This record gives sequence, structure tokens and C-alpha cells, in this order.
Amino acid sequence: MQQSDFLHVVMPFKDKLFRLAKRLLVSKEEAEDATQEVLLKLWSKNKLMDSYNNVEAYAMMMTKNFCLDRLKSKQASHLKLVHTNYEDNNISLQRQMEVGDSLAWIEKIMDDLPDQQKLVLQLRDVEQYEYEEISDLLEMKPVAVRVALSRARKTVREKLMQKHKHGIV
Amino acid sequence: MELYNIEKLLQKYFEATTTVAEEEMLRNFFLQENVPEHLQQYAPMFQYFSVEKEERFTKELPLKPKRKFPKWVSVAAVAVLLVGIYFTVPMTTDLESEYTQEEIASAQEAFKLLAYNFNKGTKQLGYLEEFQKTTDKFLIKE
Repeated sequence: MQQSDFLHVVMPFKDKLFRLAKRLLVSKEEAEDATQEVLLKLWSKNKLMDSYNNVEAYAMMMTKNFCLDRLKSKQASHLKLVHTNYEDNNISLQRQMEVGDSLAWIEKIMDDLPDQQKLVLQLRDVEQYEYEEISDLLEMKPVAVRVALSRARKTVREKLMQKHKHGIV
Repeated sequence: MELYNIEKLLQKYFEATTTVAEEEMLRNFFLQENVPEHLQQYAPMFQYFSVEKEERFTKELPLKPKRKFPKWVSVAAVAVLLVGIYFTVPMTTDLESEYTQEEIASAQEAFKLLAYNFNKGTKQLGYLEEFQKTTDKFLIKE
């Protein structure tokens, strides 16, 4: 496969890879690096590419695994703070200003979701994948996908309501 | 779009039983301007999702042009070249195996004769040198 053919194949879904990576890694730079890495990996074995019946699904799976590995190694290398109960009003005021925009607020809500729910919500509500595709991609049972999705959507709604009613967390 | 329908779809949406097409309908509904007051609170959610979908990967992809040949081809080429050189350059053959002792002896005789006569020839050239000296005298004087 030539370079131009490869780009032609990859073009339609490279943004999806990037958005998935960014959902998991949060930082734009890290997501860019991850996407680049995944695409280069894909390029290095492009001889096999014709044998994959769904290159996009394969690439999405690679991205997901890559990012989860990255997160795992990060957690292992950084000491995590165990105490989270020292938040004072100052911090929440500051945060409130940062996420004054309701869209940024949703981003924050999504960041707080467990990885699996985050993934399901990203794949379904942003990328609009079908349930079967999501369950293949995440290696989950279709029922489990629906449960996770419903939970994620409800959590976002709930937190959004809280914000709507009180204006503060 | 009937409001009743939207409310029903929303309910289904949160139970995760909507299809992609139905979710697309919800999305379009919440992206338009006049969303009724009591549904306004859901709007940011759908707006966020559609905004997110616009994000693009802009980093360059440094794809190395692929080798036209696999690596072993260059190794094979060198091997072929070496074999070619080996066969084209004439081998230094052993004299004794190609000629009989007599032939070699007669050839040596012939070379000796040649060398003797050649030396005789060069001795004669000594006179020429003498001749040169005398002519030089004339030339310098002039």
C-alpha cells in the first residue's frame, strides 16, 4: 500500500481517533501524540491492512488500548494524592469561574466519569456508533453497553441539573 | 417536531433505548434556536456533543516513504556482484601445471637470449651519449 492510499484510508477516521484519545487523556498534546503513534503503528504494518475487514474499528481499538495503557503507566509513575477532602471554598469558586461556560462544564462532568462510561458516551453520543460496533470495540456485552450508556447519560443530566438549580457544585 | 415526541425520545434517550437516527433527531432539535423553557436544561448536552464532533486532528503525520525493496535484496545484490567479479577476473594459473618442464626451460632460454641481446643494444647507446656531450659543447659555446 502506498503512502497516498494509506492516507486515503486513514483520513475519514483519524479525527475520531484523536477525539477518543483526547477524551481519555484530556490533554490535547498528549492526545495528538497518541493519535500519531497509533497511525504510525498502523502504517508500519500496512501490508496487513487489507486483511482487516474494518480498519477503522481496528484503529479505534488500538487507540483505546494505547490510551488506557498510557493512563495506567502514568498512574503508576505518579504518586496519587489520597486525600481529596481539603477542598475549600476558594477552590470551588475558582473552578466555578473556569467552567462558567456550560459546555466546558459538561466536559468536566465527562472527565469525572469512569473510563468505561466515558468511552461509551464518547463513541455513542459524539461519534454516533451503533451498539454492536461499540460492544465489539470495547469488548463488552451489548446489554452492558446500554447499561453503561444509560448510567453515563443520567449522571451527566443529574450533574447538569445540580448546576442548573444551584449554580454551584 | 412535536414536543410530546421529543419528551418521549428524551425519556428513551436516558434509558439508552434510542436508535442513532432518533438521537440525531434530538440533537437537531436542541441545536435550533427556540427550545422550550422546560427543555432548555438539556440543550448544552447535545450542543456539547455536536461541538465535540467538530474537533480535528491537525498534527502532521511523518510517514517515511516505504522501501521499494525488502532489506535482503541489497544483501543479495552484493553477493551477486562478488560472484560476478570472481568469475570474470582471470585466475592466476599455475605455470608448472600448464606447461611441461622442457617448455619452461626453452622459454627461459629464449628470455635469456633476448636479455643478452637487449643489453648489447643498450651498450651501443653509450656512444650516443658521448656524441651528445660533444655536440653540447658546441651549442653552449654559441
